[in-house]
Amino acid sequence: MIIAGVGGQGNILASGLAALAATAAGYRVVVGETYGASQRGGSVMSHLRLSLHKEYGPLVPYGQAGLILAFEPLEALRVASKYACAETVVIVNTVPVYPVSVTLKEADYPETADILKAIKSLVKELYILDATSLARSAGDPRAQNIVMINALAGYPHQPVDRLYFEEALEDFLAGAGSGQREINRRAFECEVELKKY
Amino acid sequence: MIALNRPGHRVIMTGNEALARGALEAGVDFCSSYPGSPCVEVAESLFKLAGENQLYGEWSTNEMVALEAAAAASFAGLRALCVMKQNGLAVTADLLLSLNHPGTRGGLVIVVGDDPGAHSSINEVDSRHFARHAEVPLLEPSTVEEARAMCCWAFELSEQIETYVILRVVTRICHARGNFTLGELPLKEERKVKIEPWDRFFCFAPMHGMIHGRQEQARLIFEESLFNCYSGPEKAETVVVASGPALLYAREALELLALDQKTGLLKVGTTWPLPREKVLTHLREAENIIFFEETDPFLEQNVTSLMAQYGGKAYRFFGQASGHISGEAGPGLGELNTGLAARGLAKVFNLPDPLKLPETDHLQGILKMEMPEREMTLCPGCPHRSSFWAIKCALELDGRQAFVLGDIGCYTLGIFKTGFMLLRSVMCMGSGIGLANGFGQLHRFGMNQPVLAVMGDSTFFHACLPALLNGLYNEADFIAVVLDNSITAMTGFQPHPGAGLNAAGVAVEPLKIENITTGMGLKTLIADPHDLDETIPALYGLLREKGLRVLILRRECALQAARKERKLYRVIAEKCAGEACGCNNFCGRVFGCPAITMTEDSKALISDALCTGCGACAVLCPRGAILAVDETFEQGSEKEGLS
Repeated sequence: MIIAGVGGQGNILASGLAALAATAAGYRVVVGETYGASQRGGSVMSHLRLSLHKEYGPLVPYGQAGLILAFEPLEALRVASKYACAETVVIVNTVPVYPVSVTLKEADYPETADILKAIKSLVKELYILDATSLARSAGDPRAQNIVMINALAGYPHQPVDRLYFEEALEDFLAGAGSGQREINRRAFECEVELKKY
Repeated sequence: MIALNRPGHRVIMTGNEALARGALEAGVDFCSSYPGSPCVEVAESLFKLAGENQLYGEWSTNEMVALEAAAAASFAGLRALCVMKQNGLAVTADLLLSLNHPGTRGGLVIVVGDDPGAHSSINEVDSRHFARHAEVPLLEPSTVEEARAMCCWAFELSEQIETYVILRVVTRICHARGNFTLGELPLKEERKVKIEPWDRFFCFAPMHGMIHGRQEQARLIFEESLFNCYSGPEKAETVVVASGPALLYAREALELLALDQKTGLLKVGTTWPLPREKVLTHLREAENIIFFEETDPFLEQNVTSLMAQYGGKAYRFFGQASGHISGEAGPGLGELNTGLAARGLAKVFNLPDPLKLPETDHLQGILKMEMPEREMTLCPGCPHRSSFWAIKCALELDGRQAFVLGDIGCYTLGIFKTGFMLLRSVMCMGSGIGLANGFGQLHRFGMNQPVLAVMGDSTFFHACLPALLNGLYNEADFIAVVLDNSITAMTGFQPHPGAGLNAAGVAVEPLKIENITTGMGLKTLIADPHDLDETIPALYGLLREKGLRVLILRRECALQAARKERKLYRVIAEKCAGEACGCNNFCGRVFGCPAITMTEDSKALISDALCTGCGACAVLCPRGAILAVDETFEQGSEKEGLS
């Protein structure tokens, strides 16, 4: 699985959560994070590889991602165009985060519908949701990463029971303030509808 | 988590945490570091556990001081860990080549984080050469689990052979997560260390022979080490030799190509000095030898020369020199991965290229454009953006083609559009003010352009003080601009002498940079970069003067500030005139705050998920259309990025 997003979106925390959940579920887990650009608006990507027995390297080979969980549509496409295959499933937050070249009006951001179409052309299944709005309803739009983990935990064809995600989240929230805790819990528990694109 | 005393318990940790755990299991007493990616969290996670007579930790002002401090602890018989990134090890080079003479007493381990692919560095460096240069042992883990085990063992090794050990990790170890089983944490007795009257710690040329002797001792230990192992058929015709995470890529690629049954795989974890006999045992009978490692052909060259000298026959070598094993951009460039490893093996075995990337030719047609790249940008509210804007404006007012020399930190992004491409040089820590010392003397050769050097606060303490003294002494003509955000922001908010906190999180008297510069007798101005109406004239005034002068642009890092209290700003749609304004979307497009985009009718729109509430846009908007929303968010969380 690859978790893709933009620096500052909480990618690393999400992958840490998923890795902890998968470990508790008994998998041998290896995660490779690419976050030189974290919090600087660059592309961020976490590779998670689960196995019952094997010791994998930290990077998913090109064209071999099973699942892509993307916090941003353009990043979903960027990752899919390298790592997707005919078996890949993508779950994407459809709210764009514009690259600086776009806000500086030096480049255009493609229509979100076109990006989704492009992703669909590369993969088996594409599910979409507006995780940012759901997070806003939960109390803070920045909790979209937890809404996405919520969506992942609820996706029936991934191998880790939702219970382990819940435990992992509680573990992560142990040091947080009460307001943060409530927002993140709500983001994890809110009802998420994965729309098939 | 890293201090959990449950031997046998299975955990998942990052490579950095695993290294810290390994040091704890070895009973580390002293840890010093200067923060640098990818290995910041090794020291950071240990510092949280500091305690009297148990563990001392410090953020040192630079890597050289950090290693000297750690060496002192070792001389006193304590176990010491010193952590730095690749560039930091180069900073310590003089000490590496002298400390190896007296050697060490308590185990001294240097963890160095290399960054193949330069994910969070300005360059790619292979630090392994320093081990050979200084003739000291070098360890290289392939997995997170091994990082823990090696870091634990390295202290014992160091004590056995009485010199320091270099443990080299790469980004794919540091920033990886993996499972392992916790070992035991030793119980520490109360210590009373002492330097005896006969203790001497000298670097003295006649000790050179002892260095050779220790190296040979290390080799003998390495011959027996389980960190080196061979798998595959006996007397394989082809043997792969690999170190670091490249071993995993090679192993997976061998399986993918169904070559694993007939190819041998020799893992080398103790890369220098080479375990000669072990390597010879597994390679002597082979015909073909293939190398996988990152970044330089270190193992390749050492093994190739070993086989030439002792192998007794001719071999065919495949690696970087032959061009078979290559990063995406070429041999010895960037990282390897399983796909690239498979491609390399396929070339050696004359198989079709197995690298399968998705078919993407049709994407441009669907998107009606190319995918825009994501250039790195200063964060929303970053004081450096305002500082660069102020410098840009003052330089334009001055009109003499003044130029700005850059340095290492978040503000290195001043080479990009986000910093108005203002920086004209970036090299190593402290190089901006160093270059300014030279440029600042060139008026005698006809140069009449003013010279500015920018440096961050942490960089100022790390590497700028000797250059500042030099400029004062030699009467160089330049402006030193300190971009003071009161923290080491780039690496994740570590404190430094000016921050008012030490590594243990205890409040200390913050050292004010202006106390240093005014103490030296230098003219020093201080301004708030977000207050552009004050900062631009202040800098313009300094530009009209001569000599070495200092401008401190002080404003807390926006991410730090937003953690305490986050004010939100919004655009009053009726006041923002959009295209009709004539400001050319100043806030978003010209000033370039990434939190500001445009609505369909070209009015500014501030993202509530991205805005940190610095208020710079509210100052800059010519129509006063941006106002603060009277709302704050409860923060108080220790966990970063939780939402």
